[in-house]
Amino acid sequence: MSIWVDRNTRLLVQGITGREGRFHTLTCKEYGTNVVAGVTPGKGGQDVEGIPVFNTVAGAVRETGANAAMVFVPPPFCADAILESIDAGLSLIVAITEGIPVMDMLKVKNYLKKSTSRLIGPNCPGIITPGQCKIGIQPGHIHSAGHVGIVSRSGTLTYEAVHQIQQFGMGQSTVVGIGGDPVNGTSFIDCLSAFQADPETRAIIMVGEIGGSAEEEAAEFVKKYVTKPVVGFIAGLTAPPGRRMGHAGAIISGSSGTASGKIAAMREAGITIVENLGEMGAIAKRAFASALS
Amino acid sequence: MKIHEFQAKELFRKSGVPVPRGGAALSVEEARQVASQLGTFPVVVKAQIHAGGRGKGGGVKLAATADEVKTVASSILGMTLVTHQTGPEGRLVKKLLVEEGLPIEKELYLSVLPDRGAAKIVFMASEAGGMDIEEVAAKTPEKIIKVFIDPLIGMKGYHANELAFGLNLSGDLAKQFCAMALKLYRLCVDYDCSLVEINPLVLTRDDRVIALDAKINFDDNALYRHKDILEYRDLDEEDPFEVEASRYELNYIRMPGGNIGNMVNGAGLAMATMDIIQQAGAAPANFLDVGGGASAEQVENGFRIILADPSVKGVLINIFGGILRCDRLANGVVEAAKKVAIKVPVVIRMEGTNVEEGRRILDESGLNLITARDVSDAAQKIAAIVKA
Repeated sequence: MSIWVDRNTRLLVQGITGREGRFHTLTCKEYGTNVVAGVTPGKGGQDVEGIPVFNTVAGAVRETGANAAMVFVPPPFCADAILESIDAGLSLIVAITEGIPVMDMLKVKNYLKKSTSRLIGPNCPGIITPGQCKIGIQPGHIHSAGHVGIVSRSGTLTYEAVHQIQQFGMGQSTVVGIGGDPVNGTSFIDCLSAFQADPETRAIIMVGEIGGSAEEEAAEFVKKYVTKPVVGFIAGLTAPPGRRMGHAGAIISGSSGTASGKIAAMREAGITIVENLGEMGAIAKRAFASALS
Repeated sequence: MKIHEFQAKELFRKSGVPVPRGGAALSVEEARQVASQLGTFPVVVKAQIHAGGRGKGGGVKLAATADEVKTVASSILGMTLVTHQTGPEGRLVKKLLVEEGLPIEKELYLSVLPDRGAAKIVFMASEAGGMDIEEVAAKTPEKIIKVFIDPLIGMKGYHANELAFGLNLSGDLAKQFCAMALKLYRLCVDYDCSLVEINPLVLTRDDRVIALDAKINFDDNALYRHKDILEYRDLDEEDPFEVEASRYELNYIRMPGGNIGNMVNGAGLAMATMDIIQQAGAAPANFLDVGGGASAEQVENGFRIILADPSVKGVLINIFGGILRCDRLANGVVEAAKKVAIKVPVVIRMEGTNVEEGRRILDESGLNLITARDVSDAAQKIAAIVKA
């Protein structure tokens, strides 16, 4: 078991013929993901290393039975691409693209709520169930199958978390990068709730950062509904207010969205806080000892 | 992206949102000319900087005569204006806005922006205008009206009514207000604003609704479709190091008072690296995300920008090599280090794909690079450098 992706995932890639799209499609395929189709309007009939390319998502789904999409379409057209996959009824859409305007994402988010699709991202590294399925740009080989679920707003910081727990012999059930944008498809709470329900996941790491109030809401959720041990980290203690720290969503507005506020809320909810990034692996080892034994 | 008040008012005018008559001035003489064209006194002379709290800092003054305009303009132009938003170093005033003074009956607050949590467009309005809205929200949240709008539906008349009646407006004032609110909504959505704020929005004694102040921020991700807004960019308002970094599309933010430069791939890891520098007893001099797939060229440009800052006493490079292999990255660092004269110690922490080969390349480069085993080790080594 795992959450949302596994051996049964049949992936199509929107923007497969672009440089990035092509490269990462092939690393996913190499990892073992069942990539069944690509979509680039106007390039239907071609193939990418044997993966058939279609003009539309609906066409690709009809021909191949794809049930998930990975989106590499450039920002000006990306919202449209996501909407197309929602309309085609895909159950999972993973948008890697960084730089989608907020107004576009507001529309996508409100449309998404009326659908049965799950969107992960945008501006995210993707989702991986080690040994089964990788959708995204993560280095697959740093992961191994195990029982820790990880959810994070950051890319390389997620790899850091995976790497550190690997050093202490802990593998992962599923690792989800929910992305660094202010408006995204899947929240911390969605992931925490899925991890709590997943029997393979016995412990959870959540990695947050400044901006918004998603971590505070997640903390509230953990307090009420999560019985598995949770370790948390928040980046951006030293970030100055009013500045966008790389990620579009990583910005302290006035007195809201600070790292210290999030840490306090998480601690209050019983989450074990990692203050110093270098100690994440060691702290997780201690906090998860009985859950993983 | 931020713009000046006079630019925001220009957009208001274009959108049909009422603003006071006035114009921008770059010199005392221009300020006098704008005032004389207005043909009325008093006028208000306002410092134009990208920060709020200008009035309290002495950047907004009334002038009752043409001579007073000159005196007031010359006192504000060239001053270093310090407000709660500028930091202690303040901001040099190079531009003014000269406007007609209005007979004010009442001051309101109004803003419209995308709400990230609700994924809606939200209007916030309050009868407690002219005050710091954060303070109003903290102390008397009941004084703030919020109206959420689904972007798929757009703003309707009833949304505007909720605001107008919530503000206790009636008759013609309510009508004027609703027309204005609908125009502000269009402006916010059409121009991809991340904030449109009017504080204060005034009701005049002759029963008009006018935006006395105007603040607009834009979503950087959407600027590609607003070439006209890009024209408003004012490099005087930006840190010169950041302007330079933006030429290379590097995500760089200068941290005044810091002493450790740092270069990291990925925004989250970059923030976390700044944090560990501080926790180790030093102070980060910058935020620099060279991207998840940093190239040798970006590493070189990053190096150059970090080292141009004279307050940098040491550099920490923290790279988690994923798809981008550590050996290729190490080669990039070595190449960059050879091209850029490095006069401060550099600690490198590298992890991920092909890390052993990467470390070997760094060790054998003949450069004075200090390699760190992990994040903690890197932080300790950096702290030792500052303390030495």
